Amino acid sequence: MFRRRYLLRLLVRKGVSTRYRNSALGWGWSYVKPLTQYAIYFFIMGTILGRGRGGIENFALYLLAGIVVVNLFNEAFTNATKSIVDNKALVKKIYLPRELFPVAAVIVAFIHFLPQAAVLTIVAALMGWVPTALELAAILLGTLIVVLFATGLGMIFGAVNVSFRDAENFVEIIRMLATWFSPVLYSYVLIVDKLDQVGHWLGTLYMLNPLTSAVELFHYGFWYGTTTDSRPTPPHLLVFSLVGLAACFVLIIVGQVVFRRFERRFAQDV
Amino acid sequence: MTTVTAPPKLSILVENVRKTFLLRHTHSFKEAFISKIKKKQTSTSFDALKDVSFEINEGESVAILGYNGSGKSTLLKLISGVLEPDAGRIRTRGRVGALIEVGAGFHPELSGRENVYLNAAILGMSKKEIDERFDDIVAFSEIEDFIDSEVKHYSSGMFLRLAFSVAIHVRLDILLVDEILSVGDAPFREKCRKKIRELIGEGKTMVVVSHDVGTVRELCDRGIVIKKGVKIFDGPVEEAIEALKNQ
Repeated sequence: MFRRRYLLRLLVRKGVSTRYRNSALGWGWSYVKPLTQYAIYFFIMGTILGRGRGGIENFALYLLAGIVVVNLFNEAFTNATKSIVDNKALVKKIYLPRELFPVAAVIVAFIHFLPQAAVLTIVAALMGWVPTALELAAILLGTLIVVLFATGLGMIFGAVNVSFRDAENFVEIIRMLATWFSPVLYSYVLIVDKLDQVGHWLGTLYMLNPLTSAVELFHYGFWYGTTTDSRPTPPHLLVFSLVGLAACFVLIIVGQVVFRRFERRFAQDV
Repeated sequence: MTTVTAPPKLSILVENVRKTFLLRHTHSFKEAFISKIKKKQTSTSFDALKDVSFEINEGESVAILGYNGSGKSTLLKLISGVLEPDAGRIRTRGRVGALIEVGAGFHPELSGRENVYLNAAILGMSKKEIDERFDDIVAFSEIEDFIDSEVKHYSSGMFLRLAFSVAIHVRLDILLVDEILSVGDAPFREKCRKKIRELIGEGKTMVVVSHDVGTVRELCDRGIVIKKGVKIFDGPVEEAIEALKNQ
């Protein structure tokens, strides 16, 4: 796959440039869609349900940071899942390393994420964000976790999707869960407390979700520095992040194995 | 003085190859699950190729002959690596390129130029190689004036000419040709034939699948006849054509 870097670059370029062909707004959609979603969440959660239940300071920025990172995950995961079926014509007729498709899909999603990250940076800067090296490291680590997580899952679901289109619908559900089961719309304190009442392991399980770590890393990177109250970042965030990162690497390996096993049948099943 | 001729190098090896297609009757988890419970058969199998073996040496030009459904195209896909055999093995030496349904990688929204680069890369060329050959590719396809407009505006003839031109300019050791010599009008077809003869002259290995006896006779010196997934003849092309008729 590394030998086909040039092809990968062209596939990414194709994904980027054909995405919004024939639409007047073009790449503007990359801003409009998340902004709409953001506005809804902000209105419902912030205004109607009372500014970020649990009194989150600078809720606007808190919410934005979370949404941007979860969007990256959703976009990358969905694209990767559909990538093999979308490239049916090629898979059926020409031999090339098929991993290129999910990987290219994730990279396209990442490029898509950059303008959103830019908006996030500007908003954070307006609120007086002056990043420290540690905060920047947290942001990079969070991004890395999300990208790896989406790639691993995307390979598995992309491979399964060839034979069972159910995978696509299943991914829709995971997308929904991703937004609600990570501390995007609320503070992690609320849910972890509730879960701990049921059983401590449940709270730990919640924290073990790599997305939770990634969202909290983004909060730490973009939002934490702009607040005055010392609401702590989750305890052991670094540990959970590293465990999450390790889990993502394992997932990528599992994804490779699954992908290889299914790949033999791609050309005839797709 | 004695000249020692080196033994011909093996280019393609096909050994006891079997390809079975599973025709699945279920297309969702639910159906698969229910069928399992009811112990209903979830699939039926069908052997497209049964125990086929042959060897092709470097520089040979071989026709695969057979009627529809005999397994010719499956065989070509196996050699190109798109499909994997269920039993037996297939080995190829060097870069294999397939002129199977050219244009598979074309994207209608991209310009001709972008598509040339994308497809040449898909077929295994590096950026440098494509840069070098780009002008040849465009000249061969005869659509210089339209190379920067989107492919969706092309006529089907233009599209096929460009696609074929890309495929034939990829540097290959083994060329697989499947019924594509019906591309374009008579002058372009003649040009394609000439190009293919040129490649044969350069010592490329060639495997041709065609129903057109004339093409086969012209391009190949050896023929392999397949009937219902079984090899029934392998020898000089004239005899192979006879064998096909008399099967």
